[in-house]
Amino acid sequence: MTSVVGHKPFSPSRLAIHATLLLACAVYLVPLVVMLLTSFKTPDDIRGGNLLSWPDVFTVIGWAKAWDSVGGFFWNSVKITVPAVVISTLLGALNGYVLSMWRFRGSQLFFGLLLFGCFLPFQVILLPASFTLGKLGLANTTTGLVLVHVVYGLAFTTLFFRNFYVSIPDALVRAARLDGAGFFTIFGRILLPMSVPTIMVCLIWQFTQIWNDFLFGVVFASGDSQPITVALNNLVNTSTGAKEYNVDMAAAMIAGLPTLVVYVLAGKYFLRGLTAGAVKG
Amino acid sequence: MSSTAVFAKASPLDALQNWLPKLVLAPSMLIVLVGFYGYIFWTFLLSFTNSRFMPSYKWVGFQQYLRLWDNDRWWVASKNLLVFGGLFIAISLVIGVVLAVLLDQRIRREGFIRTVYLYPMALSMIVTGTAWKWLLNPGLGLDKLLRDWGWDGFRFDWLVDPDRVVYCLVIAAVWQSSGFVMALFLAGLRGVDPSIIRAAQVDGASLPSIYLRIVLPSLRPVFFSALMILAHIAIKSFDLVAAMTAGGPGYASDLPAMFMYAHTFTRGQMGLGAASAMLMLGAVLAIIVPYLYSELRNKRHD
Repeated sequence: MTSVVGHKPFSPSRLAIHATLLLACAVYLVPLVVMLLTSFKTPDDIRGGNLLSWPDVFTVIGWAKAWDSVGGFFWNSVKITVPAVVISTLLGALNGYVLSMWRFRGSQLFFGLLLFGCFLPFQVILLPASFTLGKLGLANTTTGLVLVHVVYGLAFTTLFFRNFYVSIPDALVRAARLDGAGFFTIFGRILLPMSVPTIMVCLIWQFTQIWNDFLFGVVFASGDSQPITVALNNLVNTSTGAKEYNVDMAAAMIAGLPTLVVYVLAGKYFLRGLTAGAVKG
Repeated sequence: MSSTAVFAKASPLDALQNWLPKLVLAPSMLIVLVGFYGYIFWTFLLSFTNSRFMPSYKWVGFQQYLRLWDNDRWWVASKNLLVFGGLFIAISLVIGVVLAVLLDQRIRREGFIRTVYLYPMALSMIVTGTAWKWLLNPGLGLDKLLRDWGWDGFRFDWLVDPDRVVYCLVIAAVWQSSGFVMALFLAGLRGVDPSIIRAAQVDGASLPSIYLRIVLPSLRPVFFSALMILAHIAIKSFDLVAAMTAGGPGYASDLPAMFMYAHTFTRGQMGLGAASAMLMLGAVLAIIVPYLYSELRNKRHD
């Protein structure tokens, strides 16, 4: 935060800047406000009022109905996201450690090959991956989705840790090796404790990626194993019966809340992950 | 005695220490070779077969690619990608740069404002699409809001207009991603030496011209990164179309990723879907290979 001291006195141009920034804030917030307002209205209220009209009566019936139809899938998403995030982060940390501190012939080439995974359009692996999941008996299971997310999240998680460990002086590791510390001792005792910010960045990045995934969910899961994004899409895009926009919006809020909460609580790491993934990836 | 014992114990341990890094990396190497490159090759093979609902390995040469060439829906999807991608990238860049420059003027509550601009990035494209589908709803959405607010005769039905539905996707995608561009540029601006700006001000240059002539040109790498990321988001866009329009009306808002999914997994045109996936990979490669090449060259110069 910039300090208050040093602010220029208000001139017309500064007023215009502030007005523009605040207007932009309003524009960015409108969809969220509309979603919240709509989710607490009754269907009649929605038809009678407009997007930004205050609800006549606040009702949570939309939220209750939404939870009834997507609640189970919410837990699917938890079951997919938690293990996939933990495993891919751990593997990424180990990979990054080897690729920066224990280089061997070919390890740089491997890093280059892995890096391309950050850009891979997943359409190009969907078919073979679904055949493989079928062969493994993991088609339409949350375990299968965990596996897929671990595999295709590896590029980013390795990148995060490798870029961090590269910045740590070699001397530190060399000294530890002279003292007789082994591969895992150095990793566990020296590097991991230093990596807390990177671990946070990686966890948050993977959490938003996997929680928000739709493509893998819709291709590799069906029925009971679907993640919440797929369930939300099914709910919103079914055309049977009268549309209940309050339920749609409540379900969308339920699907979006976990990542929003993480963003509000750990925005610093969220941003760092985005820019690291962007600038370096 | 004790020293020899240590020696005898240490050497197999040393050998293990040498192998351990390779052992630890081995699973990931396998994953990358098989799951990335092996699978790409597999898809490449499928694109030369007549696979329909099930994979078949009957070679048909370039027939699937020729079918794509003759497929009107593929052309609509490709043209939409150009329109959607072009507008999405251009508008996100302009908004992102403008907001970043304005936010860089020592604004009170900068942290709060930044948070507001960036929060849509935390939401999935499915949630984004659901929200904007409702906001742009012809009849109940913005359409009605502006009429209620006194703009009689206002109509907004782009969502069901085959000629304009692509612009709806652009609106939603810009809302979701422009804050991210702002964050990238703000980080870049914070790295610019303030003394340059002060020196130019002493020379009598106005602030807007300093930004246009000096500051922004120095952020060329940030432009490049932002462009890459946005292009990548555009090419992969699938969720947003699925949630907002499902490709409709008809297939007016189809994008290549949607085309690929529909043909491969619901229409039993696996060969055609594989061919379209390969073309998507080609598009991504055309963008990132020059980028990676210049990145690696720069690294070597360091």
